Amino acid sequence: MEFLNGFVALSNFVLVPAIAYGSQLALGALGVTLIYGILRFSNFAHGDTMAFGAMVTVLVTWWMQSIGISFGPLPTALLALPFGIAGAVLMVLMTDKLVYKFYREKKSKPVILVIVSMGVMFMMNGIVRVIIGPNEQQFRDGERFLIKAREFKNMTGLDEGLAIKSTQAITVVTAAIAVALLFWFLNKTRTGKSMRAYSDNEDLALLSGISPERVVAVTWIIVAALATIAGVLYGLDKSFKPFTYFQLLLPIFASAIVGGLGSPLGAIAGGFVVAFSEVMITYAWKKVLGYWLPETLEPSGLVQLLSTDYKFAVSFMILIVVLLFRPTGLFKGKAY
Amino acid sequence: MERTKNIGLFAIVAGLIVMTGMIQSWNSALLIVNMGLISAIMALGVNLQWGFAGLFNVGVMGFVALGGLATVLVSSDPVGEAWSAGGLGLIAALVLGVLAIIATGFAIKTLPAGRIRFFGATAVLIVGFFIYRAVFDPAVAAIEAINPALQGNIGGLGLPILMAWPIGGVLAAAAAWIIGKTALGLRSDYLAIATLGIAEIVIAIMKNEDWLARGVKNVIGLDRPVAREVDLQQSAEFVDKATQWGFDPVTASSLYVKFSYSLLFTAVLVILLVMAQLSLNSPWGRMMRAIRDNEVAAEAMGKNVTHRHLQIFILGSAICGIAGAMMTTLDGQLTPGTYQPLRYTFLIWVMVIVGGSGNNFGAVLGGFLIWFLWVQVEPLGQWLMNIVTSGMAEDSALRLHLLDSVAHMRLFTMGLILLLVLRFSPRGLIPEK
Repeated sequence: MEFLNGFVALSNFVLVPAIAYGSQLALGALGVTLIYGILRFSNFAHGDTMAFGAMVTVLVTWWMQSIGISFGPLPTALLALPFGIAGAVLMVLMTDKLVYKFYREKKSKPVILVIVSMGVMFMMNGIVRVIIGPNEQQFRDGERFLIKAREFKNMTGLDEGLAIKSTQAITVVTAAIAVALLFWFLNKTRTGKSMRAYSDNEDLALLSGISPERVVAVTWIIVAALATIAGVLYGLDKSFKPFTYFQLLLPIFASAIVGGLGSPLGAIAGGFVVAFSEVMITYAWKKVLGYWLPETLEPSGLVQLLSTDYKFAVSFMILIVVLLFRPTGLFKGKAY
Repeated sequence: MERTKNIGLFAIVAGLIVMTGMIQSWNSALLIVNMGLISAIMALGVNLQWGFAGLFNVGVMGFVALGGLATVLVSSDPVGEAWSAGGLGLIAALVLGVLAIIATGFAIKTLPAGRIRFFGATAVLIVGFFIYRAVFDPAVAAIEAINPALQGNIGGLGLPILMAWPIGGVLAAAAAWIIGKTALGLRSDYLAIATLGIAEIVIAIMKNEDWLARGVKNVIGLDRPVAREVDLQQSAEFVDKATQWGFDPVTASSLYVKFSYSLLFTAVLVILLVMAQLSLNSPWGRMMRAIRDNEVAAEAMGKNVTHRHLQIFILGSAICGIAGAMMTTLDGQLTPGTYQPLRYTFLIWVMVIVGGSGNNFGAVLGGFLIWFLWVQVEPLGQWLMNIVTSGMAEDSALRLHLLDSVAHMRLFTMGLILLLVLRFSPRGLIPEK
């Protein structure tokens, strides 16, 4: 009983939130890693692409809510998601045509593209703030909880409750579907295979007649879709605020590098590694340890390694450790 | 020809600032000059890294903030009670923390590779961390309990604030060493991401570690290297002089103080500029540019590329630290909540790129020009938006929204300027020779 109570407390405060957050990071990191694999630069505008897609979704959600469309117990934002994706796709394709294409054709060094992406980030950030303002926006509706803590207690007779927010469940399910579709696309379809070939060896891919412009366009479309989904899920789960998406850049890059830049599987693993470390290091373990340890060993303090204000420091430390000991990441990405 | 063009460009920027003085007020013109000088120094630092060596540092904000932290740690008076309450514990904790890291490093070096090494080192690190926290937490609690409304921190050394400028540089250099050691020698993007991270962490530490510099409670009323307005207004001699020149004493005192800052900052800028110019034209500078242009060839010639990169990365960051200390001195207060990456990192980058990467004078010009635009784009945008929306109804929601959003046009404009310059004039206003 003691053990079960401890486990439920652990699930409630660590496992469930970390799985949801990890899914969001994994989706974000997939976008970064794909751009890196195909276009060969670190896209600093990714956080703001997420914000842009999420913003379009928020606007469409508001419009749907105002004319009375709803999705039953599910948030209306899921209905608005395709519109958000379409908006983000248009945006990134336009940026690619107006901005990145020039440097790609000139074969500029990757670091120039990184700086260019920084300029794009500036502009997207400006656009988002002009359209929706810098403040926090509310767009969540539908059922709030999948399981409430009290119901869980009544159901199982345990002292500890387990609450699962519906947004957390939706996050995991949506992320799983998105990832399954992505891997099916990359491994089974002709276009997906040509993308992987292009990522592995550009010259060889060109020789076999793969059209680079097509590969690049498809990549951007996929990346915009992933970024929008990640942005909307994060916004539903926490809240939508333009600046937080910029701050997500660090954990997202950390996830992509931990997994190995350029490796989609690595991005997913990295997302969960970063999310779990972040939540576990900033969680106060007193409660769980109180159940698990014999009474004589029960901790007197909070047993919290770092205060939650330092959650970004966790991604950074993971990043540093990986750079020091295994710069290629867990899944052998490209380090040089 | 080249020279005339460059002098002309500087003259245009000077003219813009003089015009501000005539149209708006000399006070705001001097404000622009002072921040322009500081921006120019930051741009010099970034130019050293990017222009000389091709290193991409996205953590300028962190180094600037460390400089700001130095002003508090150097110039404010030590809080004796706090030191006697928790000083010993604090020092012991920091020593223990360093020992824990050293022990972990030792474990990594000596344990056999594989699982044993991983778990052994992790265990040492975690145990060390808990010992450190056990000493650190009570010490911090004791310090923060002392007079929390005004102090609650350890205070500083009570030295003159000018000493904080070089020390700010040293702090920034130390942080740069840590980052450079880990991220240099890998892909160029890794340095960018690592610096992005350190900047966020420096700010997080400054916001949350109240014992250090009071966190978000801010430190106000820092020492000043120049006279205070109030003292000037009370000195009969100054008031006489001011009226003689046809100023009222209040305006005159404020102008006098700002001008004194300008002189101080100009002195620092000139010293750094001369040093940067000398090093650019020295064998060392030529070697740096050779490495930047072809790392493989430079390596084949026996140059240690990673080591040289580390060297210049530390130097550039130190300059940013100095500028950060100067800025906090000018503000007279340390407010960790106001450090924003868009303003302190990316704006500096726009300055370097627009001015001309690889050219020190370009960086200085970019610093002044972009700072001027940053200040003036907002009133200009306000004015433009007022014209655009003048046809709409007075209380139309769209009009109010558009007027509200003018403030955010700055980001958009800066991004646009950066992209346009990179595309159509990638070498900047004053290109590298």
